[in-house]
Amino acid sequence: MKLPESANEPMFYSGHAACPGCVMALSMRHILNTLGPDTMAVAAPSCAAIICGAQPCSSLRIPVYQTTLEASAAAASGLRRALDARGKRDTTVIVIAGDGGTYDIGFQALSSAAERNENMIYFCFDNEGYMNTGGQKSSATPLYASTGSTPAGKRSVKKNLTEIMAAHEIPYTATASPSHLPDLVRKVEKAKALCGMRVITVLIPCLAGWGLPDDAAVASARLAVDSGMFPLYEVEGGQRYTLNQATRTRPVKDYIGMQKRYRHLTVQQLDSIQAAVDTSWGHLAQRAAV
Amino acid sequence: MLLTGNHAVAWGARLSRPDFMACYPITPQTPILEKLTEFQMRGELDAEILTPESEHSAMAACISASMAGVRVFTAMSCQGLLLMHEKLHYAAGLRAPIVMFNVNRTVASPWGFWPDQTDSVAQRDTGWIQLYSESSQESLDTVIQAFRIAERVSNPVLISHDAFYISHALEPVEVPAQATVDQYLPPFSPAQFLDTERGESIGNVVSPAVFCQHRRNMDQAMQLAVAATQECDAEWERLVGRGYGVIESYRCDDAELVIVTMGSMCGTVRVAVDGMRGRGRAVGLLKVRLFRPLPAEALRDALAGVADVLVLDRNYSPGMGGVLHQELKSVLYGMADAPRVHGYLAGVGGVNVSPAKIEDMANRVQRAAPAVNSQWMG
Repeated sequence: MKLPESANEPMFYSGHAACPGCVMALSMRHILNTLGPDTMAVAAPSCAAIICGAQPCSSLRIPVYQTTLEASAAAASGLRRALDARGKRDTTVIVIAGDGGTYDIGFQALSSAAERNENMIYFCFDNEGYMNTGGQKSSATPLYASTGSTPAGKRSVKKNLTEIMAAHEIPYTATASPSHLPDLVRKVEKAKALCGMRVITVLIPCLAGWGLPDDAAVASARLAVDSGMFPLYEVEGGQRYTLNQATRTRPVKDYIGMQKRYRHLTVQQLDSIQAAVDTSWGHLAQRAAV
Repeated sequence: MLLTGNHAVAWGARLSRPDFMACYPITPQTPILEKLTEFQMRGELDAEILTPESEHSAMAACISASMAGVRVFTAMSCQGLLLMHEKLHYAAGLRAPIVMFNVNRTVASPWGFWPDQTDSVAQRDTGWIQLYSESSQESLDTVIQAFRIAERVSNPVLISHDAFYISHALEPVEVPAQATVDQYLPPFSPAQFLDTERGESIGNVVSPAVFCQHRRNMDQAMQLAVAATQECDAEWERLVGRGYGVIESYRCDDAELVIVTMGSMCGTVRVAVDGMRGRGRAVGLLKVRLFRPLPAEALRDALAGVADVLVLDRNYSPGMGGVLHQELKSVLYGMADAPRVHGYLAGVGGVNVSPAKIEDMANRVQRAAPAVNSQWMG
């Protein structure tokens, strides 16, 4: 595969604090390189903030302001308005947050910023749990997955953030995966060219939290996409759906089978996950066909 | 101009030329927000105004805006102030020179809308400079002064006035000319701010040693804040003829009993003091305007030689009593010939404290052995 041009811009430095093999660092590098130097980030406490590094060092070339866990969309709104007041309307304001800070505690502020159509790009690095605190469940944790706070498996389904964001009728929301870097880069470029609230959820398989070998993150992310567990799609203006993959090529058991967080799964549970994925794929294909 | 306390606050904010505001509605603060958005709509206020879904988000946005180098104002009350408690610590830790106005209201449960200062007094450990206002005029003047103080010592400032007694009562207020305020308050130009051309970041993890040094720096700023508040007040007084000090002694010459309180109750105590003085009683008022940092030296000087001090607290800290009562005792502790310090929980929950009640409490405590704990006003 030919790497996108964004691979080598000096926006994200080596020596960052991500776990070895973590694809969040890879994703952040491509995102930042695509956005360029006139960008400012608000980081929520999360793996993303850890990757940015402890003061006075930073692995990011751009200014990063770290806020509290529940407030990143609100803090980014304030930053955006202040830059507007200073006439710096061309500076791109982004949020880098995890799923806990997005789906859970930061959800209220995110919904409010989306309702106001604040001019920012919000990146949710979704590793499906509170991995920075050792791996507890969030509302992004999928059904039956075992975590530190759901050792017998989660009993409720994953919240569908992209659909919720689409329901806010914001200019742009999309899913993306580090297994499909050209698609990720294209979405970042597309988001950058738009104004208003843009939300991109990037799936980040967590090696420690999901129970994956150190070299399996990209392969796991690819299986999530190929199985339809994490379909790649975009929604413009809350209405126009585009599926970025033609079909599903793998059963969910191929994706689930490589992760220790699912090793307690019964055949019936696996079947019910497959059935749910079939149903939601059908809904998505229907919306994209309209 | 005939203004309510809250509209006086809005005028103070408008004249200070903030670049950014984030506000959430709550009784009895809402008229401040509405007046400011009205000013903006009419083109009389050139500020970005954010109306988020909560006070917590409002303060989150205020902090990042301040970090981006613009002048920031916000206003709130009771539950909203408590909701943003976490962010108050965060703002002070970042040394963001935000000015916030709080309308003192009872903290639920049970629900009430009455004047009570527990909401803001409970924020005393967050690192904000705190001022209490006695009148609409003082509220307007204090907002303008607060920006100068905040930007001089790089520290956020919280100003409070009492619900309804001040917030909704109409009083004649002198609104200074914009040119006067511009002369007093130059445009905000911080030494450090977030910008892509500068590249600095802020807010990530630090070592224990850096954290400790950071708190020591905050302590230094707090120590400077007493003098800074005094100076900014004196400079304002030279321009417009109105000054308030960090504390104010009213008819305290040769006073045997001094009544100490904050906020709107100072006005009632003035009437009570006048009445008692008229009957030959050597009684005075000590108004505490600056509550954080507590001006310990000024308080000790003002109360030296006084036999009895009566503190009236319109707040209640369960298990301890009145906060100002306890803090004044600690300030005066170890002083040679320290006054006897008596404390009454007076006006908690917004109950009326009349001049007659004040005189009654004064009669009960004068020359009496002080109780350790605050007493409830009967």
